[in-house]
Amino acid sequence: MDLFINIFVGIIIAATPLVFAAIGEVVVEKSGVLNLGVEGMMITGALTGFVMTVHSGSFTVGILSAIIAGALMALIFAFITQSLMGNQVATGLALTLFGLGLTALIGNSYTAESIPDFPKIFIPVISDIPVLGPMLFHFDILIYVSIALVFGVKWFFDKTRLGLTVIAVGDNDDAAHSIGYPVRLYRYCTLMFGGGCAGLGGAYLSMVQTPMWVEGLTAGRGWIALALVVFGAWMPVRAMLGAYLFGGISILQLHSQGFGLAIDPQFLSMLPYLATIGVLVAISLNKKGSSKLKAPACLGKPFYASD
Amino acid sequence: MKLRKIFSWTGVALSAIMALNNTAQAEDKLKVGFVYVAPIGDHGYTFQHDVGKKAVEAEFGDKVETTYVENVPEGPDAERVIRQLAQGGYDLIFTTSFGFMNPTIKVAKKFPKVKFEHATGFKRAKNVSTYNIRFYEGRYVVGKMAGRMTKTNTIGYIASFPIPEVIRGINAAYLGAKSVNPDIKFKIVWVSTWFDPGKEADATKALRDQGADVIMQHTDSAAPIKIAEQEGVKAVGQASDMIAVGPNAQMTALVDNWAPYYIARTKAAMDGTWKSEDTWGGLASGMLTMAPYNKNLPAEVVAEAKATEEDIKSGKIHVFQGPLVKQDGTVVVKEGEMPDDGMLAGMNFYVQGLEASLPN
Repeated sequence: MDLFINIFVGIIIAATPLVFAAIGEVVVEKSGVLNLGVEGMMITGALTGFVMTVHSGSFTVGILSAIIAGALMALIFAFITQSLMGNQVATGLALTLFGLGLTALIGNSYTAESIPDFPKIFIPVISDIPVLGPMLFHFDILIYVSIALVFGVKWFFDKTRLGLTVIAVGDNDDAAHSIGYPVRLYRYCTLMFGGGCAGLGGAYLSMVQTPMWVEGLTAGRGWIALALVVFGAWMPVRAMLGAYLFGGISILQLHSQGFGLAIDPQFLSMLPYLATIGVLVAISLNKKGSSKLKAPACLGKPFYASD
Repeated sequence: MKLRKIFSWTGVALSAIMALNNTAQAEDKLKVGFVYVAPIGDHGYTFQHDVGKKAVEAEFGDKVETTYVENVPEGPDAERVIRQLAQGGYDLIFTTSFGFMNPTIKVAKKFPKVKFEHATGFKRAKNVSTYNIRFYEGRYVVGKMAGRMTKTNTIGYIASFPIPEVIRGINAAYLGAKSVNPDIKFKIVWVSTWFDPGKEADATKALRDQGADVIMQHTDSAAPIKIAEQEGVKAVGQASDMIAVGPNAQMTALVDNWAPYYIARTKAAMDGTWKSEDTWGGLASGMLTMAPYNKNLPAEVVAEAKATEEDIKSGKIHVFQGPLVKQDGTVVVKEGEMPDDGMLAGMNFYVQGLEASLPN
């Protein structure tokens, strides 16, 4: 039973950096912007969170600085693509390369540093319930934050006027502009939110999951998060489930090998990408245009305000 | 469109000028290039290669010019990187990962005057040498230590890719552990990467959850040591001394020492005595050293490890001396015989006693 609980907990922990990064990118893409710089923002958050925790000794300071660092990276992207009308794909790729290079440069002296264990929440009585207690009520606070964030974003898009406006900006920027919504301002805001989330995801990796800093720590998780957004068809909860599915596959694969079950690890590593391709195919076959399976119409298109 | 063309032609012209420059310089300086699979900041395998590169710089000063390309994926990109170095006028190029084998051979054919050195592979050519460290000797030593230290009789092994290098390591560690602890069990997890700290950490936790209390790794980051430290279990540093990350967890580390080899080969290239060779040095040659044994280990375990080191150095024991038996019972090396390096270099089987099957 303990093993079962440990596997479950391992899956949730492995998936959480992806949940953060993916939910941020969902919001960004919903507003019609494609930011391929997730990996760069994640790793910047990972380094910043770790370094600030080392220096301040406070996890709160570490987490907050990681969020700010991710958001600042996104601000660079926003300025180039929204104000200077730079190409989004090229800028996003540049942001990733920039983030990886910058953190390698700055972070080199922190590789041997270590930080204390991230505290887990322990609620008297509830956390003591056999099985369910350690399974559901014995995580660190960031896991609950990630889940709350996902449902918060869902609520934002489903139930709030502001959320609907963001969707409108992403689906028809000209129309939104013509009735007076500041398209660029909205996109600046969603981008910075996305950057903050990616930074937090990176910090989760360097402060809780691994917990250490080393160059290239994110090892492609930003790209997986991007794939998860498509996999979830731009729906927050589905993207989160995709992240758990991915975390589940990667953890179960490790455990099954420990038990001597032979499944090709390469095959399992491929699955999330196959699923993403599947969703892309489903989207392009979706001729009736059911709104449930559609990319934001203005995704990746530059917006020129017509006066 | 026109503008783009102008740009691309300027680019061609510029690189041509640079290439000319490079050949002009090449006459007085030996240009040595290194291709790394991970970032230098991995503080492990690639870091140690870079220590070797720095030793070359220190030894020859301004008689050499060195460069490196780090984080080069094993695949088509590697060929491009190696070719660029060769085109850039580099005289001696070290490609430092198994997966660079075919790209190195391919590029070497097109640049017969450039000397190539490929680490951990087995394909040679007139202008391609191979070199490697007998890591398995160290793994046998730590296998013995693991066999002594485990309380659960379960060793967790994080493996990267099923290539001979890694399989040899698993076999050596198992034989070492088995020789002191007949009840030993190995749990082997393939993570399909050389460097992904998050995944290596997850694998360590998974092995820990399944009862392993000594963790070994054949991946490049220090993440497994870090998690072992957190979980209060033992681990073995990979390629580099990782004691800073795991002051209690690291029993010792297999430290790669490439510097003497890199210096010797650079010298040979300068003197014109360079030939295609195969070098495979172990504990005796100093290419492999064991990091200081942790002070928290029982004295008799350390003493046994040191004695084993000495026996391997003196040739009194060979890790794969007969009888060496495959899982299915086939005898590979008969009792009283010694294995030949060809068999070791291509090792693609588990030894008898390991309860796992090799991934395809």
